[in-house]
Order: sequence, then C-alpha cells, then structure tokens
Amino acid sequence: MSKMTLKTEGDRYVVVTRQFAAPPEAVYRAHTDPKLIQKWLLGPDGWTMPVCISDARPGGKIRYEWMNGKGHGFHLTGEYLELEPCSRIVHVERMHFPDPTPDNHVETRFDPDGADTLMTLRMTLPSAEVRTAMLSSGMEHGMEASYARLEQLI
Amino acid sequence: MSNLDAAFSALADPTRRAILSRLAQGEATVMELAKPFQLSQPAISQHLKVLESAGLVVRRIEGAKRPRRLAKAGVETIDLWLSMLREALDKNYDRLDEVLAEMKPRKGRRIR
Repeated sequence: MSKMTLKTEGDRYVVVTRQFAAPPEAVYRAHTDPKLIQKWLLGPDGWTMPVCISDARPGGKIRYEWMNGKGHGFHLTGEYLELEPCSRIVHVERMHFPDPTPDNHVETRFDPDGADTLMTLRMTLPSAEVRTAMLSSGMEHGMEASYARLEQLI
Repeated sequence: MSNLDAAFSALADPTRRAILSRLAQGEATVMELAKPFQLSQPAISQHLKVLESAGLVVRRIEGAKRPRRLAKAGVETIDLWLSMLREALDKNYDRLDEVLAEMKPRKGRRIR
C-alpha cells in the first residue's frame, strides 16, 4: 500500500493522493454516507464527530461538527456541487471558528487501480503564496517535533 | 498557552495565513502587504489587528512607518498548523483503511 503523497499542481492547487485496498464504490460511499464519514473524518486522535450531515446530491448540504472531549469544538459547513457516483465529488467547504473561513473548493476523484482505488484530492488554495508557504514549511516532511509540541499545548 | 484559540482563529483565514507566509520572508509595511493580495489597506490592517492580538505579528515604529514582522509565536503557529493538517490527513486515511476493511464482504476475497 503506497503512502499518502502531496504535491503541487499549477499555481493554486495542492494535490493529495492515497491508495485504498477497496473498490471505488466503497471509497466513494465512505466519503458520502454520514454513518461512515463519522467513523474516520476525525483528524487528530481524541476527536469525535457527534453531528454529521451529508446530503449527497448537487446542492445538498454538508455539516460536520467535531468535539475533542475537553469542551472544545468547531464545525464545517459546505455544499455538494457535482457528484458522479463512485468516481468523483466536487464540493465547497468552510470552517467556522466561529467566523467562517473563505470557501475551499475541493475535487475528489476515485479511480480504479486493479482491485484497489487511487484517490486524488485536489484542493484549491486562495493564493500561490499560501501554497508556497505550505510546501516550503515542510508539509512533506516528518513533523514529530511540532506534534509533540502540540500535545504539550493542549 | 492561553493564546492558542486566538492563534488558530487567526490562522483559519487564508488571507491571514498568506500574510504570515509573506512576513516569513521578511518585514513588510501595510502597503507592501496589501499589494499582492489585491485588498484595500483597511482590510489588511484589520487582518493585521487579528494577527497582532493573537501574538503572531509585531510592529516596529520607524518614522511614519509601522513595519510588521513575524513574532516567534507566529513562526511556531504556522509550523503547528501545517503539521496538524498533515497529521490529520494521515490519521483520517489510516482510519478509512479500517472502515473499508469492515465494509468488505469477508467471503471470496483474495488474500493480499
């Protein structure tokens, strides 16, 4: 199983790829069925998603609410723009902290690779500067020190 | 770190992250910051105010100018935010592997 890769594309995109040992139908379903999304789209350990709304149709609403069990939480809202069952999802999303961030446009593709799936996530970034900063800051390298520091902070 | 919530709210906005990444390359005035982002100076000033109250950016007085630079906490917070993003994606997809394994019909699968 290949690990996650992260690379740039064009001027404003970050592209994440990941291989999964399951057919595209299953990976697609895990990205659209709220009961399944709640099991994995949780970020760092210790977080849960008590509320998950995923109305998987064009114009359908997305709402994820996360809690860390220590009284901290935040949520994300979004809308589905395009859905090609089992192969492609286009949506917009924004975080609320509680003020909303500008919309992030995301395209997720699920391509068959033998019995597996190659998932390609293309995130549109607001500017080339942000992308450069993200990549030059070592997003592609190990981050043990930072993560250890995070644990001290929380 | 009581400032952590403020730091993350400050970083939630892509324009503010971009301002931080510009300041990571060196000191800049409001005018210099406004130009690449195609934002008005008051809009940039508003973002800077958020970044300053979160302790991520500091200002210096030089005549009529008030050049901004990244505070040490600003550098650390960018680093932290990026590591969290990468770490969160890794953790998510490892968990998704397990979810997918549970979804599979057990019988008749080829051995990997």
